[in-house]
Amino acid sequence: MFPGFFEWIWDGGHMVFMGGLWYALSILGLGMTYCIVKSCIDTCQGGHDDNHGHH
Amino acid sequence: MDSALIPKGVQRCSLGKFTLFIGAVSAVLLWGVYAMLLCWLKGLNQTNMNDYYGFALWIWADLAVIALGGGAFFTGFLRYIVGKNELKNIINYAVLIGFICYSSALLILAIDIGQPLRGWFIFWHANVHSMLTEVAFCLSCYFGVLTIEYIPLVLENRQLNKVPFFHNLAHNMHEVMAVFAATGAFLSFFHQGSLGGVAGVLFGRPFAYREGVFIWPWTFFLFTWSAAAYGPCFTLSLTKLLEKVSGKKLVKDNVVELLAKISGWMIITYIIAKIADTWYWAAVTAPEGGFTLMDFYSNNPLYGIWILVLEIVIGGIIPGLILITETGRKNKFLLITAIILACIGVSVNRWVMVLQVMAVPVMSFDIWAMYIPSWQEVATTILPVAYGVILVALSYRYLPIFPQERELNPITD
Repeated sequence: MFPGFFEWIWDGGHMVFMGGLWYALSILGLGMTYCIVKSCIDTCQGGHDDNHGHH
Repeated sequence: MDSALIPKGVQRCSLGKFTLFIGAVSAVLLWGVYAMLLCWLKGLNQTNMNDYYGFALWIWADLAVIALGGGAFFTGFLRYIVGKNELKNIINYAVLIGFICYSSALLILAIDIGQPLRGWFIFWHANVHSMLTEVAFCLSCYFGVLTIEYIPLVLENRQLNKVPFFHNLAHNMHEVMAVFAATGAFLSFFHQGSLGGVAGVLFGRPFAYREGVFIWPWTFFLFTWSAAAYGPCFTLSLTKLLEKVSGKKLVKDNVVELLAKISGWMIITYIIAKIADTWYWAAVTAPEGGFTLMDFYSNNPLYGIWILVLEIVIGGIIPGLILITETGRKNKFLLITAIILACIGVSVNRWVMVLQVMAVPVMSFDIWAMYIPSWQEVATTILPVAYGVILVALSYRYLPIFPQERELNPITD
């Protein structure tokens, strides 16, 4: 639910709950975007590191 | 036939034997899927839920797998945030188990809501005063984290890893995994806590109601603490089970012992807090509501004081004491006994908080309501187990889950 949607209220509950959700989603989204973009660049540049670590 | 997909330097059974195994487990899976479809198409009248039992067997299973799957977030926290590097040899498996547990939890919720096509309502029409909304948010996001942690493992399959983009993606995801792991720990803290918090704020249920800190009842912290404490034991028990099934040692003893030791201390500290919580509840909270301790454990055919002993002593104190002692951890029989008892302990805790809560009479004219799950509920509860077995089998066969396997099982020919 986004601000502007008819059920939205600018109160603490909405800001904490929805803020927490978007905070987590933003980190995951930005993290994955970074990984995908960097992988595209690495692949185009022919980067191929054979010694990457496991988890 | 599939040898090109199997990681280099390890041995696996023949494809025929593997297919036969997967086929047998798939039959159980299909039984569960059939029961799930009955619940979706015919409705919740397929269950034995009633006015007393709004939570079915599968909600216990849901909370139990979330607690047992806590090994993923806590092991990730120890590996990436605390810096316990030895745990890199078991973190892949912990992530896999966590992925299975959380996907199972979401599947169970999809069955529970009856109309899964409306599942998105919880996000779009969020009730921000509900702890369960927080649970749904965190659970969904954390499942996203576990998927992100599982993807590099899949990309490290021998054939997929030959594709340069996939190889680079797996590498880059490993590089920033600490960020995802930290996010996962944050999300887990809140969803585990809120699951416990839901029970703690039930004013009409003196069996579960607890005092608390600010807006949080004690149960909020006890649930998070217990998931972090007991989750690694589930990872260890499944590691031992896979070692038994495959006939190979997959993880070195020092890694197992380190995780067992940390888990042991977490269990001991948790169980002290749990005993204090139970004592305060029995001595103060319940009497203020007009109840004595034995009101909750007598005059019914099932819930005797034995269940409290099973949870706290047999499933808590005993495994905790075994795991914090070096002798206990080094003795294979004691170690396995402890991790199994720990898994039973946390599962009993979730049973008590989900089902016994519903059974206890709260009005003077009320009765103890007993509950026997329908076969559909049993089948849908076994469904995630079959799914988990299949995913573990496929992952073990085709993905480099255990980094130490080659070293521990050198191929001689």
